[in-house]
Parts: sequence; C-alpha cells; structure tokens
Amino acid sequence: MARETFLVAQDSDQDGRRVLDYAIDRARRDGARLVIMHVLEWSPYSFLTPEELEERHVRRREEMERAQAALIDPAVAHARAAGVEAEGELKYGSVIRRLAEAARAHEAALVFVGRSGSDSIGARIFGSVPLGLAQLCTVPLVLVP
Amino acid sequence: MTDRRILPALIATGLASAGPAAAQGVDETINQIFADYTGWYVSLIFADLPGTNFSWIALWLVIAALVFTVYFAAIQARGFAHSIRLVKGDYSDPDDAGEVSHFQALATALSGTVGLGNIAGVAVAVGIGGPGATFWMVVAGLLGMATKFTECTLGVKYRNEYPDGTVSGGPMYYMTKGFGERGLPGGRVLAVIFCIFTILGALGGGNMFQANQAHAQLSGVLGGYPGWITGVILAIITFAVIAGGLKSIARVTEKVVPFMGIFYVLVSLAILVRNYDEILWAFGQIFEGAFTGLGVAGGFTGALIQGFRRAAFSNEAGIGSAAIAHSAVRTKEPVTEGYVALLEPFIDTVVICTMTALVIVITGVLQLDPETGLYAWNAEAGRIATEGGVQGVELTSLAYAQAFSWFPPLLAISVVLFAFSTMLSWSYYGMKAVTYLFGEGKVQELTFKSVFCLFIIVGSAASLGPVIDFSDAMLFSMAVVNVIALYLLMPIVKGELHSYERRLKDGEIRKYA
Repeated sequence: MARETFLVAQDSDQDGRRVLDYAIDRARRDGARLVIMHVLEWSPYSFLTPEELEERHVRRREEMERAQAALIDPAVAHARAAGVEAEGELKYGSVIRRLAEAARAHEAALVFVGRSGSDSIGARIFGSVPLGLAQLCTVPLVLVP
Repeated sequence: MTDRRILPALIATGLASAGPAAAQGVDETINQIFADYTGWYVSLIFADLPGTNFSWIALWLVIAALVFTVYFAAIQARGFAHSIRLVKGDYSDPDDAGEVSHFQALATALSGTVGLGNIAGVAVAVGIGGPGATFWMVVAGLLGMATKFTECTLGVKYRNEYPDGTVSGGPMYYMTKGFGERGLPGGRVLAVIFCIFTILGALGGGNMFQANQAHAQLSGVLGGYPGWITGVILAIITFAVIAGGLKSIARVTEKVVPFMGIFYVLVSLAILVRNYDEILWAFGQIFEGAFTGLGVAGGFTGALIQGFRRAAFSNEAGIGSAAIAHSAVRTKEPVTEGYVALLEPFIDTVVICTMTALVIVITGVLQLDPETGLYAWNAEAGRIATEGGVQGVELTSLAYAQAFSWFPPLLAISVVLFAFSTMLSWSYYGMKAVTYLFGEGKVQELTFKSVFCLFIIVGSAASLGPVIDFSDAMLFSMAVVNVIALYLLMPIVKGELHSYERRLKDGEIRKYA
C-alpha cells in the first residue's frame, strides 16, 4: 500500500510548531509522509495603488522567499531531522480554500491544523481557519490544541 | 503681475496674515496669467473645422473610436461577457495568485478616471450643452470602449519588464517598440511628444482641474475662502504621499474611493426611484435634446460637442493614460487586459456619468423658460440658467441637495477624495513620462513631484474657465499623438485578438473556475 500523506497547515506563531510536532509524531507512527503547507493570505479583489501594481511581482517574490526561508525550510528540516519524509508547499490565496484544495490534490489522509488562537470579534463573525476547514475540507481534520 | 511674482507672493502671504482682498487678488492674477499664457494653445486644440462649429479634436476621437469599433467588429459588444469573466478571475491560473489580478488593474485604473469628470464634468456638459449632451456622452462612452481595448492591449504587449521584476508600460513604450517591430519610423519622436503632453496633462487635467473642483466643493460647504488655502493644504498632503513615502494615505484613499463610487451610484439610483414618474420625461429630454438642443445655443452640435468632450475627459479613452495603469497586470495574453479595460468607459461613462446627468435633469436645477418650455439661456455666462448661476460640481451638488439635503457635505468629501486619488494616479503617469524622458533618478523624480505640488496651488486658486480649458487641451493633445500610434499598431492588436479567440475556441485557453 502506498504511503499515506498528511497535510500540515503551518503558521508563523507558536501553534505552528506544536501542530508540526504532533504531525511528525503521528507520521512516524503511521509511516506517513508530510506535506507542510503555508498559505499567504491574498485576495485578487483588494485595491492597490499604481506603485503597488508596478511592484507587485517583486513583492510577491520577496514574500515567498521570506516565507520559504522563515517557515517552510525550517519546518521541513525539522521533520526530516525527526526521520519523517517531508516536503514544503507555499501558496497564495484564501487560506481555507487553498488548504482544502491541497488536501484533495495530495489525497491527504489527514489534515493537521492549529487552533486559530484568536477569539477576536472578527474571527467569531467571519470564522477562523479551523472552523472554515471544518466546513470545507473533504478529508478528516485533526485540530491540534 | 508676472509669473515670477506669484510664488513669492504665495509664500509671503501667510495663512493667518492674508486678508480676503489680498488673496482674491492672487486668485485673479493666477487666472489672468493662465488665460494669457495658455489661451492660444487652447484655441488651437479646440479650433472648429473650417465652415462649421464642430471642433476637429472631438471629431478626431469619435472617428478613432468608430474605426476601432468597426476594425475589431464591435469588440465592446461581443467581448463584454468575456470581459466580466476575466475580471471575475475565471481564467486566472491559481498558481499565479499573489500577482496583480485583472480586477486590481481595472480598479486602480478606474480610481484614476472615476472622479470629477463624472461629477463636475457632466454638470459642465449638461449646463452648456443641455440634457442632450448626455446622449452623446453615452454614445462616446460606448464607442470609446473599443479605443481602450486597443490601447491597453498594446500597453501590456510592449511594456518593459526590468530584471528586478518591476514593469513600466504605456503609449511611449508601444510607440518605440511597436513601431520598431513594424519597421515604422518616428516611434521615438512620437513617444517623446507623448511624454511631454503627459507631463502637461498630469499637471492640467490630472491636477489643476482636480484641485480647482475640490476647492469649489469645500468653499461651497465651508463658506467662500480663497482657493490657495485649499491648494497649500492639498499640496502638502500630496507631497507627503508622493515624495515623502506616506503610503498609508495613498492606501486609504485607494480603498475608500471605490466605496464612494458605489455609494454615489446608490444615492443617484435612490433619487431616480423617488422621481420615478419623471424618468421617462428625463429620457425624453435627453433624446430630444440630443438632436435639437432644446433651445440651447449651438443646438444639436452644442450638445454633441459637450457630450463628446466630457466623455473623453471623463473616461480617458484614446488619451493613453489607461495603458500606463493597466500594463502592470500579470498575464500571458496582452489581449485579456484589453478586454478588461473596455469595461472602464462603460462603468465610468455609461453608468456613472449617466447617473449624474439624469439626476441633474430630473431634479430640475436647469431652469426652464415658462413661456417657451425650453431651457432658459444665460447668454452672459454662455450656459443654461441655474439657481444662483452655479455650474460644475456646485450644480451637481445643488441637484443632489434637491432630493437629499444631507448630501452636499458628503459629496464634498467624495469630491476631495476623488480629486486626491486622481491626482495620485496622474502624478504616477506624469512620473512615468518623466522617467521615460530623463531616466530614473532621484533628482528628476523630486523635481517633477515638487512642480506637481506647486500646480495644485495654482489650480485651486484659478477660476474654472481657464483651468478646465487648459486641462482639456493637454489631455486631448495626448490623444492626438496616441491615436496616431493606435492606427499604426492596430493590425498587431488584431493579430493578438484572432490568435486569442482561436485558442479560446479550441479550448487551449482554459477556464480555471
């Protein structure tokens, strides 16, 4: 049987590392591989100034390089050091939608996500990533506290 | 008083120490100098065709729009639905997310065009040309969609992409590169001329007209006070944004303006709904006026010229500015940006300008002569008589106040913000022209930005007539050069369009959503 894939949503806060450690632990036990993913929140319907339009391509490259270096690379290295096969993935767009799409694309067996850690009014009204995924995700979701 | 004496006078006259009389003197002087120095050029640009009272420049733009409409087989009609799908992102590759989207390019270009042309310009057109001007404005807007399609496709196709990933595009680039590709001479010369006009257009229509109308609104709400005060304040804020890197202000403006636009349309609709029984009458006035003038001096051609002039000034089709704004979009297919750009004149002119015009006509702020039933002509001012003789943005304000008395202060805020966002856009267009001519560099950038801010003060202090004429003259000069280039390069656009349409049909270009 092919190895299972676990998708790990990686964020910049401390929750991120906790989610990753838990996913590594489970992957080791189940002999699964990890896809560690970070989504840069982006709406194609936001408004930009002419200068921002002109510089967008450069900014995007910088943002991706930064996220790759600060988040993805260390997380992948951490997982591999723990003896788990892992690859990183970086996307732009709506966090929830992108994670749900990736779960489908990778035929993930499980998706690991942290609590949003926010009880702000905004998060309550518009929902948070785990809540959104709970509604949208087509594979079992592991919510790591 | 000569030019050389104005600036010291402005600087010497402090905000607190200036008496109203002294300030009034400065306003009048600036105005006089303006009329003296720019009058001849304005007359040249708006000269009538021999033996008619139809200005050659209006004909120039309309013929261009007609030619593009025919040449691309009414692309604005048959491509409209596809344009909407592109803006919705149906054809955008999700892996390109994070790049400039079609929607963003359209929104930014629109915030540079939607503004005073839609509020003040329409009032000027309807005030002089009568309700019939609206009809010709809409016609010009619909035809202008094809012009925008052409120029924005070329803008993306021939933009410069630099090694660091930034892009620069616009008519000057398609003039140089496109002409080179087709083996045509004179591309570089045309590009230089275009850039000079763009700089002057940025200072005129993109700056002084905006500042002028912003002041008219503010003084209407706050009570009359000298224009240079508004000018100095606006100039300081603008300088802080464009030269001082205060990007937060630009971002806030950029986000607020689209909502103001939507709000403006909603309020207009509310007024139309309240006066629903008069909508048919208003349309009647517009159609009848379009062909008879309804007693307006100049009659049919008066309405036609005013309509066309204001439409071009409002949606900037053929002027070339949009090609600069749209060229940053990330697309493999230049023609997709042409499709998206053709929505601009539609939103700007066909929707928003028509709203303003309908409200002005329906609320009855244009005075009718009770004896003849035609519009009462104020011969001295050269326009239809209005309550208190108001014109421009004040006329729009008066019309909206007939329905909602709370609207004028809100309109004043909108006008100032619209003016400000248009000024920011045009400072960018002007800057692009400057860097094309003189290369990138801190000195030339700062010089242009400083001059730009000084013109805000001049624009606020001058009265409407000379400023609006100069603004129009500069924008239309850009159009003269740009349209020549568009004629010569349109076969390239046709090639792009046919190839795109074929691949769309074959399914090679696929939908993602």
